[in-house]
Amino acid sequence: MRRRPNYLAGLGALLWLALVGLPLYVMLGATVQTREEYSAGGPLAFPRSFTLDNYIQDFGNGFGQYFLNTVVVTVSVVAIVLLLVPPLAFTIVRNRGRGTSGVFRLFLLGLAIPAQAVIVPMFYVISKAGLYDNLIGVILPTAAFCLPVCTLILTGTMRDITSDLFEAMAMDGASVRRTFFQLVLPLSGSGLSTIVVFSALQAWNGFLFPLVLTQSEETKVITLGLYNFRTQYGINIPGLLAAVVLSTIPVLLVYLFARRALVQGLMGVGGK
Amino acid sequence: MVSLTATVTGKRQTQRPAGRSIGRPGLAWALPATIFFALFAVVPLVLVAVLSFTTWSGLGSPEYAGFDTWARVFQDPVMIKSLWLSVLLTVLGVVVQTPLSILLGVWAAGPQRNRAVLSAIFFVPLLLSATAVSVLWRALLDPNFGVPSQARWLFGDGNLFGTQTAAIGVLVFVSTWQFTPFHALIYQGATRAIPQVLYQAAQIDGAGTVRQFFHITLPQLRNSIITSMILMIVGGLTTFDTVLILTQGGPGTDTTISAYYMYDKAFKGFDFGAGAAVALMLVVVATVISLVVVRVSGYDKMAGTKEGL
Repeated sequence: MRRRPNYLAGLGALLWLALVGLPLYVMLGATVQTREEYSAGGPLAFPRSFTLDNYIQDFGNGFGQYFLNTVVVTVSVVAIVLLLVPPLAFTIVRNRGRGTSGVFRLFLLGLAIPAQAVIVPMFYVISKAGLYDNLIGVILPTAAFCLPVCTLILTGTMRDITSDLFEAMAMDGASVRRTFFQLVLPLSGSGLSTIVVFSALQAWNGFLFPLVLTQSEETKVITLGLYNFRTQYGINIPGLLAAVVLSTIPVLLVYLFARRALVQGLMGVGGK
Repeated sequence: MVSLTATVTGKRQTQRPAGRSIGRPGLAWALPATIFFALFAVVPLVLVAVLSFTTWSGLGSPEYAGFDTWARVFQDPVMIKSLWLSVLLTVLGVVVQTPLSILLGVWAAGPQRNRAVLSAIFFVPLLLSATAVSVLWRALLDPNFGVPSQARWLFGDGNLFGTQTAAIGVLVFVSTWQFTPFHALIYQGATRAIPQVLYQAAQIDGAGTVRQFFHITLPQLRNSIITSMILMIVGGLTTFDTVLILTQGGPGTDTTISAYYMYDKAFKGFDFGAGAAVALMLVVVATVISLVVVRVSGYDKMAGTKEGL
């Protein structure tokens, strides 16, 4: 059946396109202009010159260090999540004991805890543990707050493994460990990639924990760097926006090459 | 991991029915994750309640203060105001974002090819961190070098951070810009899951696009609307980075919402007891509202939308 084109929807879509596209255009345009040109022409003017000085200046102001710190945090958080969540999800799916449902309920409850609610005690715990202003002190809570969503995603994937396969493994006398490594893990690929992307994004974009748990230049992550640049740069808007662009490049690369995994990771449980 | 070896069952125990207990992991497999989570999420949640009954300046040890901290918090007019502002911002966020994201999500769920391309651009705000979004808009709306200074016919004196109304408008606008794509994605997925039979039946009955939207799409999206609204409410009540970067709670304390008030009290005013009290209040309020939404909507009864199909 043919439907007439929906002009109203098209108009709305165009409006949203402008609302999203314009700021992105201004951002990219500003970063390739000199400061003087941006101040003179304003944000909406088309850039007449092309310079990468703004980006170079960011690296001169410590962006490289921030980038490195963020990579360390992100890789560590993903590693912790990958180490802890698969055995947990495997137990929740395959263990029928009463303790298991209690554990699952604990993580479901965890979904409702906002990070904002625990920054005060987290500051207390991390300070007492001597991890204040240490990247480890950022990594541990960030990873912990990824666990509920990742557990939910991965149990969803593992539930789809049919029980025939488990029975076949048991017939062969496979140990729990073999079942885990040779059946469960290979068949959980999509769930695993989703939790990797999800936790990586959480770590990469994390702001609150680094803000209250670190203070020195050596432990600064990118988001904090952006926050600092905003006050430090003052009227140097091209330099500031260049840092915003730089902070997004890795995510953009993942978006281009692994769009499905990224979107699923972004959605977390929201997509379920 | 010592206990792991203990759960490994003996080879070929044929007397036990296969698949019942063989190859099933013991609880020990869940232990590392559970302990880790308890340590860094559950313990702090308990501690936040404990700390709200103490005074602590960040150095030394917290001292028991009974209900003094709570009394002090509730006597602060800024705190009371911050609660109202949080509720106001949350309600505005839900009211603005819900219709927008439903329309956008339903639109993006359409089969046309140009929609796939456009959607890819539509969802770009999702790729930016909350910090990046706030920094970007702060720069774009800068009173001296931003868009408002260029379009005075629209923005008056160009300072969008100077009055309460304008500042709240900015906060609502920026969170809408940032989060609408996320909620639209929820609706896109849910819309695609609506059985086509329903639309075919409606078309045979002569229902137009608009009627189909209100009588099929919207009712079918009910569960997603509730999910998305709960996420918006919890997200709205705990909004923090946006306020810190865009308005710093100003002008004055006119956009000091509770989450920002908590941060300000604890980490700027070094009154960690008061910060903990506000934090606890936020958790309770967010949980209660979510539960109420779930109960009122009947979401907990898991009413399916596919009955009779």
